[in-house]
Amino acid sequence: MNITEMTALELGAKIKSGEIKAPDAARAVLDEIKKKDPYYSGGINAYIVTLENEAIKRAEEVQAMIDAGELEDSPLAGVPIAIKDNICTKGVKTTCASKILGDFKSPYNATVIEKLNAAGAVIIGKLNMDEFAMGSTGETSFYGETKNPWNHERVTGGSSSGAAAAVAACEAPCALGSDTGGSIRQPASFCGVTGMKPTYGAVSRYGLIAYASSLDQIGPIAKDAADCAAILDIICGKDEMDGTSLDVEHKSYLDSLSGDVSGLKIGIPGQCFGDGLNADVKAAVLGVAETLKSKGAETEEFDMPLIDYAVPTYYIIAAAEASSNLSRFDGVKYGFRADGFEDLTDLYMKTRSEGFGEEVKRRIMLGTFALSTGYYDAYYKKALQVKALIKKAFDEAYEKYDIILFPAAPTTAPKMGESLSDPLKMYLSDIYTVSVNLAGLPGISVPCGFDKDGMPIGAQLVGAPLGDSVILNAAFAYQQLTDHHKKPAEKFGKEVE
Amino acid sequence: MAWETVMGLEVHVELATKSKIFCSCTTEFGGEPNTHCCPVCTGMPGTLPVVNRQVVNYAMKAGIALNCDITRYNKFDRKNYFYPDLPKAYQISQLYLPICRNGRVPIETESGLKKDIRIHEIHMEEDAGKLIHDEFNDETKCDYNRCGVPLIEIVSEPDFRSAEEVIAYLTKLKSTLEYLGVSDCKMQEGSMRADVNLSVRQAGAEEFGTRTEMKNLNSFKAIAKAINFEAKRQIDVIERGGKVIQETRRWDDNKDKSYAMRSKENAQDYRYFPEPDLPPIEIDDQWYNSVKDSLPELAEAKKQRYISELGLPEYDANMITGQKALADFFEETTALCGNPKEVSNWIMGELMRKLGDEGIEAKDMKLTPKALSTLIGLVEKKTINRNKAKEIFAIAFNEDLDVEKYVKDNNLEQVSDEGLVLEIVKNVIAANSKAVDDYNSGNKKAIGFLMGQCMKELKGKGNPGVVNKLLNQELNK
Amino acid sequence: MEITKEMVAYVAELSRLKLSDEEAETARKGLGEIIGYMDVLNNIDTEDVEPMSHAFAVKNVMRDDVVRPSHDRAELLANAPKADDEAIIVPRTVE
Repeated sequence: MNITEMTALELGAKIKSGEIKAPDAARAVLDEIKKKDPYYSGGINAYIVTLENEAIKRAEEVQAMIDAGELEDSPLAGVPIAIKDNICTKGVKTTCASKILGDFKSPYNATVIEKLNAAGAVIIGKLNMDEFAMGSTGETSFYGETKNPWNHERVTGGSSSGAAAAVAACEAPCALGSDTGGSIRQPASFCGVTGMKPTYGAVSRYGLIAYASSLDQIGPIAKDAADCAAILDIICGKDEMDGTSLDVEHKSYLDSLSGDVSGLKIGIPGQCFGDGLNADVKAAVLGVAETLKSKGAETEEFDMPLIDYAVPTYYIIAAAEASSNLSRFDGVKYGFRADGFEDLTDLYMKTRSEGFGEEVKRRIMLGTFALSTGYYDAYYKKALQVKALIKKAFDEAYEKYDIILFPAAPTTAPKMGESLSDPLKMYLSDIYTVSVNLAGLPGISVPCGFDKDGMPIGAQLVGAPLGDSVILNAAFAYQQLTDHHKKPAEKFGKEVE
Repeated sequence: MAWETVMGLEVHVELATKSKIFCSCTTEFGGEPNTHCCPVCTGMPGTLPVVNRQVVNYAMKAGIALNCDITRYNKFDRKNYFYPDLPKAYQISQLYLPICRNGRVPIETESGLKKDIRIHEIHMEEDAGKLIHDEFNDETKCDYNRCGVPLIEIVSEPDFRSAEEVIAYLTKLKSTLEYLGVSDCKMQEGSMRADVNLSVRQAGAEEFGTRTEMKNLNSFKAIAKAINFEAKRQIDVIERGGKVIQETRRWDDNKDKSYAMRSKENAQDYRYFPEPDLPPIEIDDQWYNSVKDSLPELAEAKKQRYISELGLPEYDANMITGQKALADFFEETTALCGNPKEVSNWIMGELMRKLGDEGIEAKDMKLTPKALSTLIGLVEKKTINRNKAKEIFAIAFNEDLDVEKYVKDNNLEQVSDEGLVLEIVKNVIAANSKAVDDYNSGNKKAIGFLMGQCMKELKGKGNPGVVNKLLNQELNK
Repeated sequence: MEITKEMVAYVAELSRLKLSDEEAETARKGLGEIIGYMDVLNNIDTEDVEPMSHAFAVKNVMRDDVVRPSHDRAELLANAPKADDEAIIVPRTVE
């Protein structure tokens, strides 16, 4: 099997056994990127930056450590990994796919990067994304849209567009994305890969450039659930630099994968399978319940009417926090500064107007509005109250169920250019993912079939708070019984056997 | 027409923690620009704040000492505005659930008026950086060393009616916070800053007038001057038929005038919302009690103890406990020499005079408890006399003096040797026959002159008792 | 609710964004539509519901008052569009 077609764990095992050398793994992935990625030759455009020299040098160091008997307990030692470009990497460009960050090079590493380094993973490049993680299609990037490896004409989803596309196109064995309202799970579903948003606080946000602080969470995108578990094992844990990170003991996620789902109670919210859901998607997602049932899981339909209010609640909260989080980008301390300003205020205005894209500006203004005098109670406070109700509804559901099954998105990947012209419609397509962030829950998107055009469909398994291993195990069990996740992306993926 | 001035105060106090409120950089004053900084306090993308526990402890201490209710469940909020001294473009502060509320500070003014000033709230927040203006290049440099230094803002109710009350309140605040050890309260270094909200109304009126806010008040003197200036200005405006405009004014201490700060062209709407990066703070009984129990003895309790246990006059006890440094000095010196009354006398006399002459605060003086206790001991043992002691005190005030060594090295021990003194007395009597004749003819005052002559011969070191005794003995022979 | 031209101007000003007349009009319509949609939240009774800013009841996460070495100044200033070797430089601020 070609190096780039392996899962991260398969590659890690071969590196450990000496069958493959870490620098060769890095070279193989870098070659694949060169072949498939360049934007101007019609490539995928999953990467903003590749770290060719750094990655090979690092792979050599890791190989030396492995040869010296170190990193024994690290299943991903020597395995290349790509990082969404809103995660700070010291001395390397971190842009959030925005003009305003210019050539910003972070003076420090995000905690997850430190953890990956300690585990011997090899960072291969920084991935394209929707600007500041705001977008559901990958099209708002200052560095150009990312193409869906299954079909050029389709979007990848977003905002972790590059992460999902790179894994689908075998341009990276695995990747780190971030998920504020579905930004890992939705592109994973559009690109036919597995993506997980852990419980809020399970992974440190230190070094993740904030979009909406109370909702953002870093998570893995990979070829299957086992890879996701292995990556989560590395990046999770309490961090003294992040006051919202959780201090909880848990077994290794990877070691907890048993494939046993007997007695697992799966709730199916009726509201999420009604009007507005594409029929192919509906059938494929409900098929997941049937498959798991065949292995002893129990399913039940239930009511969760508040889901309908999740999108407005999410967009008010996310936009409000974003309006504050993005204020620091003002042309003073880092990144882009506009020319020809008259004074300080003009410097701010010009820089921000020229530096941010349309969608980012829209959300900044929306958030500023929701927090401004006279509107705070009616919008922001109201949204926090509805959030409390949504959280309560989930808490009640998890008294009955171990997992709730949702689609990851109402449709498969739409065509390029269809979504941006109607932002409200784009926001509404986040209906199945945003409530999970509002309630801080863990969610994983697994490939569960294809629509009539051959585009991948993702099902979303959502767990109770800290139920990360429960959803990983359910996804693992499902992937043992199915091979949707092994199907190659037609256009750029593995050769069809 | 009688006018009444109504004022409320917002006092910012820098807390004396070692590290900043949300990161581990030092809070030390000074330092080269931007050398007390890290990615967190310079607002680098992706960084997060984590609260310094000591800030919460200090804020709680201040709140308890100022008779506030402690908000057992309190939170931080973001205050959003763009300015180059605020690298995140928001200040982490507390709006909705500040840590302390409903306090009360009893004050007594110079002229003896006693009243309570109500505290509306005390909240925790971070300081901003310093902007250094370069007029030549028309540029401003941003020094972020002060960014993230912890502050408490103490907001009073509009309970002040005169500058005298304001000064009494600030003096009390300063003393209390110094006693608590939560701040050094140096106005010059900006570790205590007061903004005055002031309006005027006709005496007896119920409604408040339109208020202005005054900033840049760097000393008690400036505050008193600024209040009087602003009250007069507002009254003038109204009496001429004008209206007071709600505005922020900057006091210029050199010109003794305040100026309306150019009203920011941009709208002020801080869009406060709960800080999502910081979990709430919940203070349970155990935590509350441990802070409460750790409060040191404050000025009022100390004063009562000095009066009842140490026998100090109320006036002295009041003066000494007015400044923590003075009270500390008093207690340490007393502990060394065991003579509280004598220590108090020295403080009330020589020390106060010296502090006044030099225009410094007790906490900045060089005089050590060891030096004063040694001086008191030497006077007691009659090794030196009181006048000599005062001379030595003047030296010890300005430098860390080893008093005993100084007395020895300079041969200043008092002469009590009767043989030596008698010889001098005899010489003086022999050399001043006119004075002796005056004395013998009934002018008893002449003995003072002769006494002075003896002391002069003894280079001021004579034991006055011995000299006096022998002089009388010889004259009456 | 209806979003007026003045509201757009106010929000743009607070956000430090400069909008051309055309952009302002697009923003007015766009925000109006989105905010109009947000108003569906008014269908939910939230009387007596405590606003929830954190999904989990994490509390009292604090650090000890310990000083650690500060960051290298040159690195902190390296990204600034304009700086000398000790500070970031901006156009002169006015009091």
